[in-house]
Amino acid sequence: MSAQGPGGGFHATHAVGKAEAAQPTEFAFDAASEAEIEKIIARYPAGKQASAVIPLLYIVQRQMGRVTGSAWVPRVAMDVIAQRLSMPPMRVYEVATFYLMFNTKPIGRYHLQVCGTTPCMLRGSDDVLAACKSAGGLKGYGDTSADGLFTLTEVECLGACVNAPILQVDDDYYEDLDYDSTVRLIEALKRGERPPHGSAIGRQTSAPEGGPMVLTGSED
Amino acid sequence: MALSDKDRIFTNLYGTQPWNLSAARMRGDWDGTREYLAKGRDWLIEEVKNSGLRGRGGAGFPTGMKWSFMPKKSDGRPSYLVVNADESEPGTCKDRDIIRHDPHKLIEGCLIAGFAMGATAGYIYIRGEYYNESVVLEAAIAEAYEAGLVGKNACGSGYDFDLYVHRGAGAYICGEETALIESLEGKKGMPRLKPPFPAAVGLYGLPTTVNNVETIAVVPTILRRGPGWFSSFGRERNAGTKVFCISGHVNKPCNVEAEMSIPLRELIDRYAGGVRGGWDNLLAVIPGGSSVPLLPKHICDDVLMDFDALREHKSGLGTAGVIVMDKSTDVVRAIARLAHFYKHESCGQCTPCREGTGWMKRVMDRMVRGDAEIEEIDILEQVTRQVEGHTICALGDAAAWPIQGLIRHFRPEMERRIRERHATSTPLAAE
Repeated sequence: MSAQGPGGGFHATHAVGKAEAAQPTEFAFDAASEAEIEKIIARYPAGKQASAVIPLLYIVQRQMGRVTGSAWVPRVAMDVIAQRLSMPPMRVYEVATFYLMFNTKPIGRYHLQVCGTTPCMLRGSDDVLAACKSAGGLKGYGDTSADGLFTLTEVECLGACVNAPILQVDDDYYEDLDYDSTVRLIEALKRGERPPHGSAIGRQTSAPEGGPMVLTGSED
Repeated sequence: MALSDKDRIFTNLYGTQPWNLSAARMRGDWDGTREYLAKGRDWLIEEVKNSGLRGRGGAGFPTGMKWSFMPKKSDGRPSYLVVNADESEPGTCKDRDIIRHDPHKLIEGCLIAGFAMGATAGYIYIRGEYYNESVVLEAAIAEAYEAGLVGKNACGSGYDFDLYVHRGAGAYICGEETALIESLEGKKGMPRLKPPFPAAVGLYGLPTTVNNVETIAVVPTILRRGPGWFSSFGRERNAGTKVFCISGHVNKPCNVEAEMSIPLRELIDRYAGGVRGGWDNLLAVIPGGSSVPLLPKHICDDVLMDFDALREHKSGLGTAGVIVMDKSTDVVRAIARLAHFYKHESCGQCTPCREGTGWMKRVMDRMVRGDAEIEEIDILEQVTRQVEGHTICALGDAAAWPIQGLIRHFRPEMERRIRERHATSTPLAAE
């Protein structure tokens, strides 16, 4: 912790709050992560390696998911990143807590992220939320199911509005959902299956339901 | 006359063909790129200026002019092209399709734009949630390197241009260009004061231009078909084709590339299967992503989808994310949810936005239930005016405008709820 600036310890404790109890005491990148880090740091000019802080936080989160089944970023890993990138730990804590996609406490195996913003709301995101709660055994946003399988988070616009409503499971978008298809998805996840992501009603990506009306090749 | 397929730039918008280099070449990408570069920076910028292309990320700034702000001669320091792929404006999902289905249009556009502005490298800042899209984009860039199209002596032009992908991590504010630069430098996404503008002091303090994905991706086709072809679509000062995202209460939500200045009603009827329950069932449309004020049906009947026509109605084209609401919509709740969005996404740097977005959200939540006084509608309107224009970046404005639009067009509905609640609620014992 020698690289830590004045006050860093206090603010870090504040930033991660009550998750303190679950914090591991050490973290080291594994070989797969190290290989990625080498490629990432090369993207930025010499001396500007702080640019790699978001990519490295992702690598930590991914490794935690791979190794422990819970994709999150423990505080000690933020310190490891700070050391690697020669930045004050405080700067890493700031970034890790500013950006929504970093989980600063443990989460379930599957991260259910319901988009609740207006375009999804208009198309029935309330039903997607209700399905997540009932099929996933979740009380509401922020909850992790008793079996440790699911954590439920409300996210803001995912940028797939013409395929609303959207449920993002980890990195994958499940689109054009309703209550029943959401329940089916969650039941499949419980069985250890990973259904193909994309439209639940068989649409060709963002083309209208029933098939594209333009770019059909009929004009050639 | 509807736009015909031969005039569509994004011929693989729906991903019916592979995204890869060989398929992209079949679609005409990377054809003669070296010859265009050989015509020089000034020629390229002039062509883009003559096409009338305006930025597709929301603000609509003339693209050629923006490029011309970069230093004409390098002083030896690097300079950068940064592509804004942080597509997060509610209602908008066009860049996603370009990235995952037509990435080589974007990559070729980056090379041309980078050359035209004398950039030494490019960074594509893609929102973190677009993980699968970023995987495609990185693979496409690797193909371009492999084929000698980017990197050292790109396309045999003698120009060296490196291109990288950088993922964000879930912050709407990073779509603001200076917040994006801060984020790319490894900091919290908090916007910078302008001036200095990024063209003078941008990424790592060096000259930088930030452009939207669609803006960059249309450039190669503009060069191939000529500025006159591009500007033949749309009204004057509103040139070109545009990818529209039609979401909400239409029969067939979709993305579609159409001509600028297309009537809103035609856009919805022709491409999105019409409003659910028919045109007369329309309540309102947010025409350009969540930040622009909604338009009630009587304006939607004949308004054109371009920068100027929508501005005349105190709204805007924005990102061309068209959010359609039929008469079943709780319009106060729809806007209250946007107020929640802006509160959630405010970076907290400027007091009017940090405090104002929370205040506006709380009042809007009460307006949904009618749990307010009639006079509070005016107070709410006044507060939006105190947020608008009083912040470093446009997020404050974006938070204010949807509420102003609601009050402008749906004040009777807000008042009705308040009166209804007053009529049904039991007065407190102390009153």
